[in-house]
Parts: sequence; C-alpha cells; structure tokens
Amino acid sequence: MTTETADQPSLSPAPAPASSRTAPPVTGKPARTSLARAGKHVLMVAMVVIALYPVVWMAVSSLRPEGRIFTDTGILLDTFNPENYTNGWNALSHPFGTYLLNSAIVTLGSIIGNLVSCSMAAYAFARLSFRFRRTTFAIMLMSIMLPIHVVIVPQYVIFAQLGWINTFLPLIVPKFLAVDGFFVFLMVQFIRGLPRELDEAARIDGAGHARIFLQIILPLMKPALATAAIFTFIWTWGDFFTQLVFVTDPALYTVPVALRSFVDAQSQSSYGAMFAMNVVSLLPVLLAFAVGQRYLIRGIATTGMK
Amino acid sequence: MSLAELQHLTADRRGKPRLRSEERKEQRKLRRVSERDNKAAAIFLLPWLIGLAGLTVGPMLVSLYLAFTDYNLLQDANFTGFDNIVKMINDERLHQSLGVTFAYVLIGVPLQLVVALVLAMLLDRGMRGLSFYRSALYLPSLLGGSVAIAVLWRVIFGDDGLFNGLLAFFGVTGQNWISNPDTALSTIILLHIWQFGSPMVIFLAGLRQIPRQYYEAASIDGASAWRQFRSVTLPLLSPIVFFNLVLGIINAFQSFTQAFIVSGGTGGPADSTLFYTLYLYQEGFGSFLMGYASSLAWLLLVIIGAFTAVNFWAAKYWVFYDD
Repeated sequence: MTTETADQPSLSPAPAPASSRTAPPVTGKPARTSLARAGKHVLMVAMVVIALYPVVWMAVSSLRPEGRIFTDTGILLDTFNPENYTNGWNALSHPFGTYLLNSAIVTLGSIIGNLVSCSMAAYAFARLSFRFRRTTFAIMLMSIMLPIHVVIVPQYVIFAQLGWINTFLPLIVPKFLAVDGFFVFLMVQFIRGLPRELDEAARIDGAGHARIFLQIILPLMKPALATAAIFTFIWTWGDFFTQLVFVTDPALYTVPVALRSFVDAQSQSSYGAMFAMNVVSLLPVLLAFAVGQRYLIRGIATTGMK
Repeated sequence: MSLAELQHLTADRRGKPRLRSEERKEQRKLRRVSERDNKAAAIFLLPWLIGLAGLTVGPMLVSLYLAFTDYNLLQDANFTGFDNIVKMINDERLHQSLGVTFAYVLIGVPLQLVVALVLAMLLDRGMRGLSFYRSALYLPSLLGGSVAIAVLWRVIFGDDGLFNGLLAFFGVTGQNWISNPDTALSTIILLHIWQFGSPMVIFLAGLRQIPRQYYEAASIDGASAWRQFRSVTLPLLSPIVFFNLVLGIINAFQSFTQAFIVSGGTGGPADSTLFYTLYLYQEGFGSFLMGYASSLAWLLLVIIGAFTAVNFWAAKYWVFYDD
C-alpha cells in the first residue's frame, strides 16, 4: 500500500519545465510506464479470468438446462433454471440438507475443539516455564509435518474398538486434543507478541494462570483465534480423507463424501444436479472467505498455511 | 524459525549483566513463581499430551509394529518379519504409484511455485487493485482441494467437457483427457498448478520485506530488471522460496482427494493416476490389508523425510540468509 504511493510521483510532470533539455525523458517515461501499467492490468485480468473461469462456468452451468451443459462453453447466463438444485438436493439417499447439517456439526465441533485445546497448549508454550518445554515444543512442531497416513490405521483400530466408527467422534474428539499443531504454533507466535507486563501486573495482583489466560490473554488473542477458526472451518469443510475413512453410513455422510457418491452414481447423466450441489458445497467456503479474508491472508502470509 | 527465536531468548537471559540486589530479589521471586509453572503447564498441556500419546505417538508405535505383521482388521496380527518389505520390493503397483507420485511432486510443485512467483512479482510493484487481484487469484487455492472442484475437473477434461469445447473454438479436436493414460496425470498436475494462490500470497508478503533502497542502489549502478531480479529479489526471497518448496513437497506427497475423485477411486486409467496415498487407501481400507498399509505409510514417511533432508542439505547452496 505504501509502495503504491511511492510510484505516484513519476506520473506527475516535472515541477520545473524550464530546463528543456531534461524534458523529453521526463515526458517520455510516464507514457511508457502508464502503457506498461495498462498492459500489466490486461495481463492480470486475463489471469483472473483463467483462474476463475472453471468455477464461474460451473456455477452458470448449474443454472442451465441439462442438455446445454456440454454444448455451452460460455459464461453468459441467459436462462434461469433452478431445477438442477431441486433435483440435486433429492438425488441421493438423503436430502442434501442432511449432509450439510452433518458437515456443519463436524465443522463446528472441530472449531470449538481447536480453539479450546490449541489456545491452552499455546499459553503453556508461550508463557509458562516448565521442564522439557523446549523438547515438547520441538515435538509439537514435528507433529505438524507428520502425514496422517502413518497414524490412520491404528487410529481406525482404536476408534473401532471404542465403537466410534460411524459417529462424528473420530472427526471431532481429536480436535479437542490439539492434534492440529499448526494452530498451536500460530497461537504461540501470537502470544509471544503480547507484552509480558500485562500478565506480570495481573500476577502481582494475585491472579493465577487460569485467570491470566482467560481474562487477559484470550481476549487479546482474538485475531489469532479468528484465523484458527476460519482455517479450521475451511479445512474441515473440505476434508475428504478422514471423513471417507471414518464415516461409511450414508445417513452420516458429510458433504465431500456425499459429493463423491454423486460421481459414483453418475451412470445416468445428471451433471446439472451434480454441479448444483457442488456449488452449494462451495458457498460456505466462499462466505467464510468473504467474511474472514483479512485473517486468512494474514494467516497465510505469517505462517505459510495453505 | 521459532526454535531459533527460543534459543535466542534463553541466551539473552543467561548473558544478562549482574543486576542490582533488589532487582535480583525481584527476579528470584519471579523465578520461584515460574518454577511452580510445572503444575500449571501440566494442566494447560493436558489435552495436547493426551492427544500426543493417544493419537500420535501411540498410533505411530502401533503402526510401526503393524508394518511387520499381516494384520487385516478381522484376525489378530501375526508377526511376519520382513515379508511386507519383500512384498514392497516386488509390488509393481507400488512402483507404479511411486512413479506417478514422484512425477506429480517433481513437476507440479516447482511449476506451481514458478507461476506463483511470477504473479507475485507482477503484483508487487504497487499495482492499483492489488488486493482485488490477490483475492481473486487466491480463490482457486481455497477451493481447489475440495471434492467439488475435483468433480468439476473430471467433467471439464472429459469427452464433451469445457476444455474440448474451448479447443474446438480454435479448431482443434480434443480427446477424453481423463480416460487417456498418457494425459490423465497431467490434468491433475494442472489442477495443482491452478492452486498457485497461496504460495503467491506468501511471496507477496516476502517481497514487501525487501527494502526498496536495494533496488534503487542497483538501478543507480545500472542493473537491468533481470539483473535486479537475479541479484536482489531472488537471494532475498530465497528463504521463502525454500519454505514454500519444503512445505509444497511434503503436502504434495500426501495428495489424495484429486486423484481419488478424478479416477473414481481406482487410480486409473491403467494406474496412471495411482497416487501413493490412493494406493495406501486401497490396500488399507479397500482390501483391509492394514499391516501392509502400515508398511506403505512408513515408507511414505521415510520418503518425505528424505526429500526434506535433501532440501535442507541443498539449501546451503542456494538459500541466502541476510544476517
């Protein structure tokens, strides 16, 4: 943003046109840069079109009659055909609302779990001095890199023995146990940036760690909590692998698993219905993006999360 | 980065000059308080510790044991020594899946980073509408990992899909890119490259950290735009490129959804999209050969670890730290 203003002066003409010898390069340069600038905008707009075309085309196609999906490559919507949505909603064994609700339950549970457990762990790593702090912190960082595949088989066995397969528990309970080290890391970084004087003052006033955490740190770390909440929302809403493994009962299908069964039942051509439900599944993510863009972009830029 | 920071903090404390007596007293009081933190830390870390023991370390140990068994969920596990390793050496589908995954990682990840870097460079020079472009170009990263987009990809590159429609517009006759073993993987690599937005955002943040004076100095010395890129931008951005590369490779090795959906769970046609994790899923949760799947999982961990180690080793030669 500051760089934007830094570029501006080159646009304004030289303040002293008296010296005619220097005039040609000064007037020549803005013309060239503004042309270059226009060219860059054309390029960027082209990139945006390329990047978003498939998604926009799908959204438009979902409102077209079935037969036109494969003949119309344009994105101008001249008919409004909501049938695909009603068809898609009722195409699978349960109305699509069931899957949306299931995904909402899993997502909400995951968000609450991550916020509670990760912020607690982060407070300990950032503010408490205890034995093995460096070791445990290093272990936490390493756990971020661990592929889920290494633990998924034993986890499956554990959850099967607990009778949790075909419940949402295998998807939600781990979040209450801070398994997403990314968020612990994010919150540790954030808490470290808060002035220590605040908790020291509270400590002198006789506050214990529980009070310092709940009444001082937590209210101050709202931006970090928002970032973690939005990322948890997007990741959980889109997560396919664990949901595919742990949920096999069609009544408990989450949205991604339900969309997958659309593909399997694709023998009859119902692409319009499938597109419609694809669009429905993406809407909450787009909404989250619109609401939390600030936190998202900042979160990616500071931690390199996806 | 944070570990170094931590070391820095502790080093600071040790290196502090002697304090006046009252300050020392205060310090001692604080330290006494902080020694009591052990109990508090145990409470605050309790959920994480349970998760670590019950969902990470415990399962890792079990998985390591299962890797040497014939466990199949229905019967008890029998220790079979190195049978699974011998099986892996002779397993042609495994070799195929390794080839597919390596191709995906080694082509997809660098290409995505190049696209991300080029766009970040174009956007960086204080463009009007930067935040709009950034958001719009970030969107594919946000959506790209979903089942919905993978389903869309399957349709776009299918027989009568959008891609062939656009080709026809230019008079080119297309084909079914998904059902052709020679092109199916390319469509998934393209899907990966399409999600260049998140590394782009990280690059943008990094570019903003480069002091403008460096460029001014370089252009006074007569450095061309390319030379400025080679000698200023690239070295100063190299830690971020490195970071993106390491994380990108780790993540790409674990890609699953795209291949699963595009190939309908088969890894086809002719195993040309049999991603490693997809094969692991088929063995573990399709055939319930969970012992073998555990071996596969550990091989994946070893491969990812090896790639990461090589990355860190190679970093010495091209990553520049400005301090």
